[in-house]
Amino acid sequence: MNGQAASNGDSASPDFIRIENLSKHFDDFVAVDSVSLSIARGELFSILGGSGCGKTTLLRMLAGFEVPTTGRIFIDGIDVTDLPPYERPVNMMFQSYAIFPHMTVESNIGYGLRKDRLPKSEIGSRVDQMLELVKLNDFRHRKPDQLSGGQRQRVALARALIKRPKVLLLDEPLAALDRKLREHTQFELMAIQDRLKITFIVVTHDQEEAMTLSTRIAVMEQGRFEQVGTPKQVYEYPCNRFVADFIGTINTFESRVVGCTDGVIEVESAEAGSHLHALTDKPIASGDSVSIALRPEKIFISQERPDAAEDTCLHGIVEDLGYFGNLSLYRIRLSTGKIVQVSAQNRRRSAERFLEWNDEVWISWQRQSAVVLTE
Amino acid sequence: MTESAVKQFVNRNWQRLIVAVPYLWLLVFFLAPFAIILKISVADPVIAQPPFTPAFDETGRLQATWDNFTFLLTDKLYAITYLKSVTMAASATVLCLLIGFPMAYGIARASAGVRNLLLLLIILPFWISFLLRVYAWMGLMNNYGVINNFLIWLGVIDQPMQLMYRDFAIYVGLVYSYLPFMILPLYATLERMDLDLVDAAMDLGASPSVAFFDVTWPLARPGVVAGCLLVFIPAIGEYVIPYLLGGPEALLIGRVLFDEFFVNRDWPLASAVAIVLLLLLVVPIVLLQRSQARDTELAS
Amino acid sequence: MKRRSAFVLSALAFGYAFLYVPLASVIFYSFNDSRLATVWGGFSTRWYGELWGNDQVLDAAFLSLRIAVTSATLATVLGTLAGLALVRVTRFRGRTLFSAMITSPLVMPEVITGLSLLLLFVSLQQLVGWPAQRGFSTITIAHTTFSMAYVAVVVRSRLAAMDQSLEEAAMDLGGRPLRVLVDITLPLIYPAMLAGWLLAFTLSLDDLVIASFVSGPGSNTLPMYIFSKVKLGVTPDINALASLVILFVSAGVLLAWLVTRRGPGQPGRT
Repeated sequence: MNGQAASNGDSASPDFIRIENLSKHFDDFVAVDSVSLSIARGELFSILGGSGCGKTTLLRMLAGFEVPTTGRIFIDGIDVTDLPPYERPVNMMFQSYAIFPHMTVESNIGYGLRKDRLPKSEIGSRVDQMLELVKLNDFRHRKPDQLSGGQRQRVALARALIKRPKVLLLDEPLAALDRKLREHTQFELMAIQDRLKITFIVVTHDQEEAMTLSTRIAVMEQGRFEQVGTPKQVYEYPCNRFVADFIGTINTFESRVVGCTDGVIEVESAEAGSHLHALTDKPIASGDSVSIALRPEKIFISQERPDAAEDTCLHGIVEDLGYFGNLSLYRIRLSTGKIVQVSAQNRRRSAERFLEWNDEVWISWQRQSAVVLTE
Repeated sequence: MTESAVKQFVNRNWQRLIVAVPYLWLLVFFLAPFAIILKISVADPVIAQPPFTPAFDETGRLQATWDNFTFLLTDKLYAITYLKSVTMAASATVLCLLIGFPMAYGIARASAGVRNLLLLLIILPFWISFLLRVYAWMGLMNNYGVINNFLIWLGVIDQPMQLMYRDFAIYVGLVYSYLPFMILPLYATLERMDLDLVDAAMDLGASPSVAFFDVTWPLARPGVVAGCLLVFIPAIGEYVIPYLLGGPEALLIGRVLFDEFFVNRDWPLASAVAIVLLLLLVVPIVLLQRSQARDTELAS
Repeated sequence: MKRRSAFVLSALAFGYAFLYVPLASVIFYSFNDSRLATVWGGFSTRWYGELWGNDQVLDAAFLSLRIAVTSATLATVLGTLAGLALVRVTRFRGRTLFSAMITSPLVMPEVITGLSLLLLFVSLQQLVGWPAQRGFSTITIAHTTFSMAYVAVVVRSRLAAMDQSLEEAAMDLGGRPLRVLVDITLPLIYPAMLAGWLLAFTLSLDDLVIASFVSGPGSNTLPMYIFSKVKLGVTPDINALASLVILFVSAGVLLAWLVTRRGPGQPGRT
């Protein structure tokens, strides 16, 4: 019936999950706008976006709770678009965990197998395995209201994994946990995924979570994917301003292209008050408007003017600074009035004089650190 | 495998089924009766079984007459009855508010354990037969009843006062019966209210009474509106209270409708009376539903 | 605890006295030996005994109970379905009409509900010959129609407070809709259904006006019997009957209160 046992075999097929032109309209509101995507078997794929971007609707369409307005969904080569949730080889871990309050931990975890009418003995042994996996052996007879947040999360995970789904959908899996627990659980989740080799699709609004967990990330906004790529690609080479802003902090300089040779462009930026250089493989012509974007940690800060000729160098004063222990954040005001954010590791303890408010400083970066954003 | 066929049908169509069953019931037993009232209200009374002219005569022509409504509008008795029903219901509502507000306030500010008990004691009479609770007042307000006996024993009066069969008795009955309906929504809003707000107002220089009118009252208004409507709407069509406690001249609309139907057997006129009563209630009912919709929105 | 003003305290004292003195006086006078209900003639329980020998009262009470149990059960089924429809089926044709119809009986004057249903039954009898006689069935239908609205409201608020992903999770794990209803939804809304049933039961036992309209000759419910007696004034046997009702109901409500207060927390509050 459900055929939820993971079939072995060709693991590298990039089309294990294929979404084609998927849209969902609620009356006049377009929640998901013609999205296409392929996910390989065994990936830990994150859909990242702010609230209302359509990520949860997309997940609910994968689970079968929402019927797509247009488009198809294929899982392992089978078109599941018209299948109800109870016939899909997919299970979901809900944001609220949705643990049945009137059942014990054990019967919560075993619910899915009971619905498949598996023999009692097999249900028993598989529930034991799951309890082992999520380390809840001692809690099997507890009711959900006697569990901590972290334990509830693990019950939800075990319950969703016990049917060995082809795909596990996780809706904000860590949002309800406090910060300490979240970090720990993150790694536990990755370890479990690695062991079971089940494809995970995680929906999250937390960019740090997406960065650490995922093999790939899709950044979503207004029902569309802005960028799909590995965490590194998305962070280092954001394809547009939205992605750059959404993931981490970034400084941008509005500029006009004045020259372009061998993948190196030269731009003129009123905000920077000088010419800047950057590398790009995008087709860009002189006269185009672009933004030059720089992560705060890619910028060096010093009190003397650095002398590397290739680098870009700008002069400013320390407008504001914040000490965070392992690193410090500076807001540098250029002579043009533009504020640039710079972060620096606090490697030494006190050998050097720390920068103070209104100190005159130089900021510099290597041209390959700059990202060219076309809008 | 008929059983699985049935199950399959239910699983496929469960949404349609849970809508269809109650929907059909309501269409037949709630909406259809209104259509019939409307139809009969424009019929002529005849001495027959049932005692009104059919909607279509033998030749299939529609028979409708506004006679019943014109009669209602021109006959002074009915105008007075409607007016009296509205004013009595409104006055009883104000009385309920005056008594109920301080009570709801007191309950909402009591400690948790006491509060539950007090609340229970408000709800309890609701579960006891309405009729018997009205009846209890007959024993109290009788000429030889508890109140008169007590006052005579005290020496306040030496002749029994006429308490029953006057508007006074109807007011007592209405306030007594509908007070819980006022207190419960008031309590719900007052209990939700943050006490720090009043303290903040007083901290900023408001006296307790000023703080009440500046903070407590405006915040309690949704509860006040809901409570007033919950009292006013049923009070206006009340039948038992005016019948048992009011005098024969206490012509309130519920009683007139009842008599028109059962005593005079004028079904068309009774239907017209009902429709006019319903029209009177449309505005308060819509207000109530809107306030309840807002309340469920807040709760979710 | 916040300090409460003397005004609020005296309002509470007055209010509760207002609510409970009449009930207390009924109970007190039910033990009055005198036939004149308000003149004290010594302690006696004879009116309770007479009540037991009164066939009219017993018949009426039995009819009322039958109607109350049947209509409360029907109303719970229909009202629960209606509550589910309102919360879980977000869009269907005629939804506005449906939600208006389901809540209207709550605010409809009893005289109108009674009159309209009687006219329906008369018309039906003319058209299809049913109901041939008015009595148990017509009163039950009438009570079901207005009390299902109360059940629907109670169930609806319970469902709205319940996390919908519980049902989705069950469906996601392979539960078909009917199974999910039985496994998850009903166990979780069961307290609301029970409360709704009790409410419907009480409303049915309590109703005079609607039953007076839709009943036929020979079928008197308990309120109809009491009404016909009290129209003529205060009588000691009605005092006894009223006392029994007051004591039973109070005991039931207090018991329910104690049980729910002591018992384990309600499930599904997340």
